[in-house]
Amino acid sequence: MKLDTESTKPIFQQISDEIEDAVFTGAFKEETQVPSTTEISAMFKINPATVLKGMNQLVDTGILYKKRGLGMFVAKGAAEKVRQNRQNNFLETYVKPMIEEAEKLNLSKDEIVGLVERGYKYE
Amino acid sequence: MNKIEIRQVSKNFGDTTALDKVSVDILPEKIYGLLGRNGAGKSTLLNVISNRIFADNGAVLVDGVKSAENDKALSKVYLMSEKNYYPEDMKVKEIFKWTKEFYGNFDTEKAYQLSELFGLNVKQRSSKLSTGYASIFKIILALCLDIPYIFLDEPVLGLDANHREMFYKLLLESYAEKPRTFVISTHLIEEISSLIEDVIIIKNGKVIKDCSSEELLSSGYTVSGAAEVVDAFTKGKEVIGADMLGGLKSAYVIGTADKSQVLDGLEITKLDMQKLFIQLTNS
Repeated sequence: MKLDTESTKPIFQQISDEIEDAVFTGAFKEETQVPSTTEISAMFKINPATVLKGMNQLVDTGILYKKRGLGMFVAKGAAEKVRQNRQNNFLETYVKPMIEEAEKLNLSKDEIVGLVERGYKYE
Repeated sequence: MNKIEIRQVSKNFGDTTALDKVSVDILPEKIYGLLGRNGAGKSTLLNVISNRIFADNGAVLVDGVKSAENDKALSKVYLMSEKNYYPEDMKVKEIFKWTKEFYGNFDTEKAYQLSELFGLNVKQRSSKLSTGYASIFKIILALCLDIPYIFLDEPVLGLDANHREMFYKLLLESYAEKPRTFVISTHLIEEISSLIEDVIIIKNGKVIKDCSSEELLSSGYTVSGAAEVVDAFTKGKEVIGADMLGGLKSAYVIGTADKSQVLDGLEITKLDMQKLFIQLTNS
């Protein structure tokens, strides 16, 4: 996990994104406990209220769930849920900014498609 | 009712107004940053709250009770300040013992643990400690006290980076273990900007900001690019300051950036707490 204090993205959002990413990659496995707000707060020197806000966001989206008196756990099917969300957001997150940049550089649609194909060849 | 209420507090030293009708609430179980330039009135405010000096006007209420000369109210408040009020020949371990007797809720065992962790010699006389170790000694006293309101005036004075990191970590752990209010007054703003929940900024004896740290950080943004493009963009907006580098300009703007209005070649970035503080407190 790493946080960027220079970023315009609020810290609680970064916490939320980082935990989500750890769930997606399997670093935090389903039905296991995630680090406590205290652990995360002390490690990154962040106010616990900020950490909790980030975690609660993942509770709201069903990625994490609370076990009373124990802490936060990764929900069953959470990794697949994250994958679905990211697929749904792929256009907004990656394609649109790429087209914007391409327009600034006067690259045509055909040229972009050509570049995407070339990208696949290097795989 | 559980809070410290500072009501219309004023304090003058001769012709100098140190505090000018300051009203602010300190809520329980929160970490605050108390920020201000040198001479802004931070230490005076902390001294008034802890009854070390008297206000000319106004009152401080601790959990609903006027704190001036009220031992019960004052036993809920601890001020760690730059000045040391212990007898000169008193050793560190003797002060631990004395603090335990005076406040009751002092974790002596933890104080010894932390002394070892920081490498503080408990047999040393407190008056003989170096600036850094004097700070460490006072930090340990503050962290081992289980009382509702703890005020830390310049807690990291003279501490190296390693010890500052240790302090911030221990503070958060201690806070998680026993939630209580910490008010930190410091000039190292960036180091505490994400550690604090709320921020109070004092300028010339007046409170000019009293809000959550998140609210303060989202109150403005930086826009950078070619000077004339930046100027066109910021026209009619509240600009609190700017830096120039050749033809490049960075303007600090209050408000939220409307992404759809952002012109080509302009970059919108965050306004960090230190920048905001500098712009807000420049006279």
